[in-house]
Amino acid sequence: MNTKGILQRYFEFKEQSLSRLRQQGYFDRCKIQVGSATCENASGAEAVYREFDKMIKASGRTDILLHKTGCTGHCSSEPIVGVFKPGEIPVKYGEVTAQKAFEIFTSHVQGHSGPVVDMILDKKTDRLYRNEFIFCGRGSQCEGANDKLAAVFQEKLNQRGLGDQVKIGSGVCLGLCAEQGTPVSPACFVFPERIFYGNIQESDLDEIIDSHIEKRQLVSRLEVSFDKIHNHFFDHYGDVEYFNHQLRLTLKNCGVIDPESIDEYIYYRGFEAAAKVFENDTAETIIDKILKSGLRGRGGGGYPTGFKWRNTYLAKGDEKFIVCNADEGDPGAFMDRSMLEGDPFSIIEGMLIGGFTINAKKGYIYIRAEYPLAIKRLENAITLAREFGFLGDNILGSGYSFDIELRLGAGAFVCGEETALIHSIEGLRGMPRPRPPYPSVSGLWGCPTMINNVETLANVPVIMLDGPQWFASIGTQNSKGTKVFALAGKINQTGLVEVPMGTTLRDIIFKNGGGIKNNKKFKAVQTGGPSGGCLPEQFLDTIVDYDSLTQAGSIMGSGGMIVLDEDDCMVDIAKFFLDFTQNESCGKCTPCREGTMRMLEILQRITEGKGTMDDLTKLERLGNLIKRASLCGLGQTAPNPVLSTLRHFRDEYVEHITNKRCPAHRCQNLLRYNINPDKCVGCTACARVCPVRCISGSPKKVHEIDQQKCIKCGMCYETCKFDAIDKL
Amino acid sequence: MDVSNKEKFTLSSELIEYIDSCKQQAHFKSFLINVLQRIQDIHGYLPQCLMEETALRLGVPTAKVYGVATFYHMFRLEPQGKHTINICLGTACYVKGAQRVLDAFKSHLNIDIDETTEDLMFTLKAARCVGTCGLAPVVMIDNDVYAKVTPEDVLTIITKYRQS
Ligand SMILES: Cc1cc2nc3c(=O)[nH]c(=O)nc-3n(C[C@H](O)[C@H](O)[C@H](O)COP(=O)(O)O)c2cc1C
Ligand code: SF4
Ligand code: SF4
Ligand code: SF4
Ligand code: FES
Repeated sequence: MNTKGILQRYFEFKEQSLSRLRQQGYFDRCKIQVGSATCENASGAEAVYREFDKMIKASGRTDILLHKTGCTGHCSSEPIVGVFKPGEIPVKYGEVTAQKAFEIFTSHVQGHSGPVVDMILDKKTDRLYRNEFIFCGRGSQCEGANDKLAAVFQEKLNQRGLGDQVKIGSGVCLGLCAEQGTPVSPACFVFPERIFYGNIQESDLDEIIDSHIEKRQLVSRLEVSFDKIHNHFFDHYGDVEYFNHQLRLTLKNCGVIDPESIDEYIYYRGFEAAAKVFENDTAETIIDKILKSGLRGRGGGGYPTGFKWRNTYLAKGDEKFIVCNADEGDPGAFMDRSMLEGDPFSIIEGMLIGGFTINAKKGYIYIRAEYPLAIKRLENAITLAREFGFLGDNILGSGYSFDIELRLGAGAFVCGEETALIHSIEGLRGMPRPRPPYPSVSGLWGCPTMINNVETLANVPVIMLDGPQWFASIGTQNSKGTKVFALAGKINQTGLVEVPMGTTLRDIIFKNGGGIKNNKKFKAVQTGGPSGGCLPEQFLDTIVDYDSLTQAGSIMGSGGMIVLDEDDCMVDIAKFFLDFTQNESCGKCTPCREGTMRMLEILQRITEGKGTMDDLTKLERLGNLIKRASLCGLGQTAPNPVLSTLRHFRDEYVEHITNKRCPAHRCQNLLRYNINPDKCVGCTACARVCPVRCISGSPKKVHEIDQQKCIKCGMCYETCKFDAIDKL
Repeated sequence: MDVSNKEKFTLSSELIEYIDSCKQQAHFKSFLINVLQRIQDIHGYLPQCLMEETALRLGVPTAKVYGVATFYHMFRLEPQGKHTINICLGTACYVKGAQRVLDAFKSHLNIDIDETTEDLMFTLKAARCVGTCGLAPVVMIDNDVYAKVTPEDVLTIITKYRQS
């Protein structure tokens, strides 16, 4: 196989892509960018897009490009609209409506009054700054130094009367020092020039102010180069706090490229990793790089990806397959959906490199049917990749041929388990089977099969381009790189955050997620979905990596992170998850099928106030038995939510049992509604809504609830406008 | 709900063509789930006679076809309403009050989960996370997702579909 000239061919391709983009005015037109993803659309993005389209057409302007992109993962502020005027700080607006779109268009895009300041994303600013300096955060090399310098800088700016024109911010460690091979902190990223300054001393600050801020001349002696594949995300979004506390390696293109445009993907170095690998690498060197990078599977198990690739490569077989696991069954997780909708090509490139390594001719993406838009985008991406010769025969003239087929799941959580997934692709019932043999030895139709999660694959091009050493510089001893978490529940900023491994739960919840909604009290964070556990407040300083979370009694899992507050009952949550796994148990083995049922019955009793203390021992005994005796991961982890809440929130169980009380007022059967005679004005509203008519009282007289008949539906509580009904 | 299951359907020529094209490929029996999905896309459920015809054409035992159809939650063996309302009861939606949204749908439509209204307009279903947890609680009707739904929104949503 002649591998010379592959990269050259790639760059020729890229030149064609660039010239097409140039023709569209991609580089010099004013860009209005509207998010387009399941979540964006549910928030009304399509109407906003149509509104802009109408206004642009009506204005007759041809120098404006209306651009679609995937979602940035900032769910709570969607729809998000970006206005990118060449040479200006990119402006992002949040929670845009058709009405707001009109305002953005008339005053910011058409008019000369600048951005509509009070609609800017996150409303953290009341003006547009001349410059923004985002200092690196707490990396391994620079503890505190950046913060100190930033404070001095701010003071100097204030003294010179520039305090309100220049913004100082702090972000996450972007791995700048690791890139340079030597510490360069204090360092910062500067908008709108999008450059990095490093090794900044206090004595340099005046020069930065005189030259950079006042005269708009860069201080070139402080400039450090930082050429990483994910930089462009920071270029677009680095000025928004929600994003500059993240390191976007796998989500780098989400919210930047049009997921339906292969040209844009290529512009941001798409398929360069594959071309490079085809030209320079052998299976052994690729595996070596993956091993060096320390990448571990992001699908939940955390198995070292390099080992998996090597095992499949070494396995004997004429035919081999690579499978992308996009089943994303954890209820409460949506990282993979966002990635597939916002950047489908990265997954294809990851599979292409994986396929090349094990010499597979064919790859499958197993995706859940509940993700219709992700399916559509993937189908489109596969078609385009074929057209452009990145899939199909003799890719880039390398002699390697590879193609990808989609297979849809049909709504069974257990099919995320790799052996069940294989059966499902084969068209059978999705039942797991004992391992070994592992799929890497005997998978699809008995052939060696390499199964990787979506996010795992999205890391592959990053490792190949930015180098395994650099990748391994991020994270902790045994967990390298970043992890995407899906923040949901009682948190202010719901959405996706990608942070370096080793970030604390506290930072993720309070810094990235903006803390608990409605100023309620934090109670627990649930990680790992139905296989994971709940961690209480005293574990907030736990860092996220595979080992620490396991030690704390939960797991990393695939990245779902549900935040619970004082209104959530931990027994109820445990019951919720067990109900889920019980329902999803495939029924093949008894401990899981029967055991989870028995545990669920006990939990049901406890939430009804009929539990005994003996039940707690039973739960623990049963739980540990199911963990040991079940055939597959579903059963082996199903008791975790129960066991972890028993460990960390035992008091709450006891309260349900001994005092027949649910402290969070969640468990319906233990609730009691009472009318407070001092507050009731006798408006009769409650009596009219009560479905069982158990509230008595005549107009303008105090009402009363017949506790015997009350079914605890809470309708009266919701209805009373005088706050006269107490929930006890 | 027992009438239509006795109805006689035959596979459309398109589906037959699809099955034939599958049969050209390696491991063609693995396409069974895809075929069933397409049948359900057209009919809203899997009529028994069509499962039997599929078994015959694809060369898979009928028992296997039933086995698959009953294993996966997505397959319906009964006719469905014109619109399927999926109330997400995933974790994020659950803690954000999805149960109350579900109750509101139940009382407005006067049906329970997995039931269909008498006018065959709506089938009510519980879903396990549709992947927009950041906007919980969510409801997915056919392929459209509704965000941050409150019990008060429910009537408006239903009316919208009734009128269209
Ligand atoms: C019940 C169960 C459900 C699973 N669901 C998923 C899933 O939705 N997505 C996923 O990538 N892995 C899932 N896994 C893990 C897979 O079995 C497998 O370990 C993973 O896809 C391997 O990819 P990775 O090494 O890249 O993580 C699940 C495992 C179990 C036991
Ligand atoms: S542990 Fe549960 S899901 Fe897994 S094989 Fe056994 S019964 Fe099926
Ligand atoms: S709604 Fe409130 S104020 Fe009115 S009768 Fe009932 S308890 Fe009294
Ligand atoms: S909780 Fe429901 S049943 Fe009980 S009194 Fe109030 S409205 Fe009536
Ligand atoms: S839990 Fe409802 S969308 Fe995920």
